[in-house]
Amino acid sequence: MTKLQPFIAFEKVQKIYGEGAGRVKALAGVDLAIERGEFLAIMGPSGSGKSTAMNILGCLDKPTAGRYLFGGADVTALSRDQRALLRRNFLGFVFQGYNLLARTTAVENIELPLVYRGTPRHERHERAIEALRLVGLEGREHHTPAQLSGGQQQRVAIARAIVTDPLVLLADEPTGNLDTARSHEIMELLTRLNDERGLTIIMVTHEPDMAAFAHRTIRFLDGHIESEHRREAA
Amino acid sequence: MLWEAFKLALLSVRRNVLRSILTLLGIVIGVGAVIAMVTIGNGTTQRVTEDLSKLGSNLLIVQPGRNTFGPGGAGQENRSFDDRTLAKLRAELTGVRAIAPSATRAATLIYGALNFATTVTGTDSEFFAAQDWSFAQGRPFTDGEVKSGSAVCIIGKSVEDALFTPDSGLGKRMRVGTISCDVIGVLASKGQGAFGNDQDNTVVMPLRTYQRRLAGNTRIPTIYISAATAEDIPAVTASTEQILREVRRVGPDKDDTFTVRDMSQIISTMTSTSTLLTGLLSAVAGVSLLVGGIGIMNIMLVSVTERTREIGIRLAIGALERQVLTQFLVEALVLALLGGVIGIMLGLALAGAAGYFLAIPFAPSLSIIVLAFLFSGAIGLGFGFFPARRAARLDPIEALRHE
Ligand SMILES: Nc1ncnc2c1ncn2[C@@H]1O[C@H](COP(=O)(O)OP(=O)(O)O)[C@@H](O)[C@H]1O
Ligand SMILES: [Mg+2]
Repeated sequence: MTKLQPFIAFEKVQKIYGEGAGRVKALAGVDLAIERGEFLAIMGPSGSGKSTAMNILGCLDKPTAGRYLFGGADVTALSRDQRALLRRNFLGFVFQGYNLLARTTAVENIELPLVYRGTPRHERHERAIEALRLVGLEGREHHTPAQLSGGQQQRVAIARAIVTDPLVLLADEPTGNLDTARSHEIMELLTRLNDERGLTIIMVTHEPDMAAFAHRTIRFLDGHIESEHRREAA
Repeated sequence: MLWEAFKLALLSVRRNVLRSILTLLGIVIGVGAVIAMVTIGNGTTQRVTEDLSKLGSNLLIVQPGRNTFGPGGAGQENRSFDDRTLAKLRAELTGVRAIAPSATRAATLIYGALNFATTVTGTDSEFFAAQDWSFAQGRPFTDGEVKSGSAVCIIGKSVEDALFTPDSGLGKRMRVGTISCDVIGVLASKGQGAFGNDQDNTVVMPLRTYQRRLAGNTRIPTIYISAATAEDIPAVTASTEQILREVRRVGPDKDDTFTVRDMSQIISTMTSTSTLLTGLLSAVAGVSLLVGGIGIMNIMLVSVTERTREIGIRLAIGALERQVLTQFLVEALVLALLGGVIGIMLGLALAGAAGYFLAIPFAPSLSIIVLAFLFSGAIGLGFGFFPARRAARLDPIEALRHE
């Protein structure tokens, strides 16, 4: 193995919640390396630490011990606002429950990350429309989440995640609320973004069907990586 | 970003119209009370100033006793003036237009089957110049009538209306208390006085007649002096005081046993009473504003809790603490300013209505309106800060998990 600096790396990352009797070791010293442009699936039973790992990968949380390297830089000790800047500039999030703003149109939802970046209104709108087209929802610009199906809402959420041109897309059970056909559509969209834009994707899923779309699948158990499986090149 | 926050704030207020309005009640009432109060206060001051100047131009009021309105207590010190005092003032004062003695009391008028309660003043012809009265009909007293104490009188418009309608009162004979007298003149109407009194409800007769036949004494409780111009007032005041000290034999180390007041003093006395009232009402308004501020804090806390998930989303996609703080601060600001604007309009409307019914001029003060607007904004920022900071400091992970 060449000793090239990986794009994203966990070095003995630990996450401990609570104290005393209520102490839970959600991550027990995880080592993990993710290459740029990789599509990684994370599986494992409930409570095995998948979401905890995703939160740290997404700079929403800090490890209790160990180091988290992003693009070679140690981001373990960053402040709240520094982590927010990192998220804003390099990361995109897709959640199981879509997490769109209610009573807010698709375009406005997609524009939101650009608002916080201070992108001018006109450019913001253009980029949002472009992202919406990319996820195949042109014509739904002014629909609110309530007027969209689950699959469509998740597409809007993906458009919102990629409108800033992030390096990494983090998706925690993105198809958890969708039926099989809709789930496959979402996976095809993610695969396309991975192929065409070189977007690094880290996805948590319960379903082997969905994990099959990824280049590599790791399986968590009790805060450890229990197994790792790489898909053979087609 | 500020503009976005402003738009969001308006949206959020619109989505909860009823709740927002209820929340703002405290600020609306507080600001409304201040604005109404100050506007009515200004109107009253304006009105009092106008009315008092109607009483006579450049008028000085000389009364026995010190620093009191009305007659002073009994005793040598506070004894009334007399003819000698009046004569000396008339002989020695310069820069005056008119000097008039005045003694008044309540009396009932009877004419035919009608009777009417009024105030009778005993004085002489200079009274009309001193108090700026003009004649609608008839004439002032002649010197002869004044000297001999004839049973003649001059009536105000209200008296004429009450007793002689539809005729003129001129030439009629009526009873004033225990005496009868002939009406030789009718005064032109002056309208309401500074204290809401009807200035036209008055009967004027020669001082001698009044003293001999109504009062039974020779006292002169008040002397009116009308200075020739406003610039003469200080000099006239000074010489009046000097003459009176002489006449009343006040020793050099003793205080005056009389008071010389001009209108500006009386106006400032009246304004100072209304300042006291204003202070009191301000306290009430202050409490309302405090309640309003707490209302805003409360509703913002509710809003932060309700929108915890939304805040989590915003933080997750890269909003900085400062940006979330700004958003909620602007929302509190918009709410409070809205309350301020509604309060200002309400207060002005209230002052307008009160002015209409109390016949007070509508005198809004721009500086107070601007101040009230800024102050309500400050309340919004002050009381909105804590909830906004709470929103900004939410943990995005927990916020996202919030139902
Ligand atoms: N905020 C928290 N406080 C305390 N314990 C937590 C918290 N978040 C997660 N845990 C615990 O950490 C472990 C891992 O949780 P999680 O990463 O959410 O698992 P998964 O996503 O794989 O289901 C679980 O035992 C969970 O109860
Ligand atoms: Mg999970």
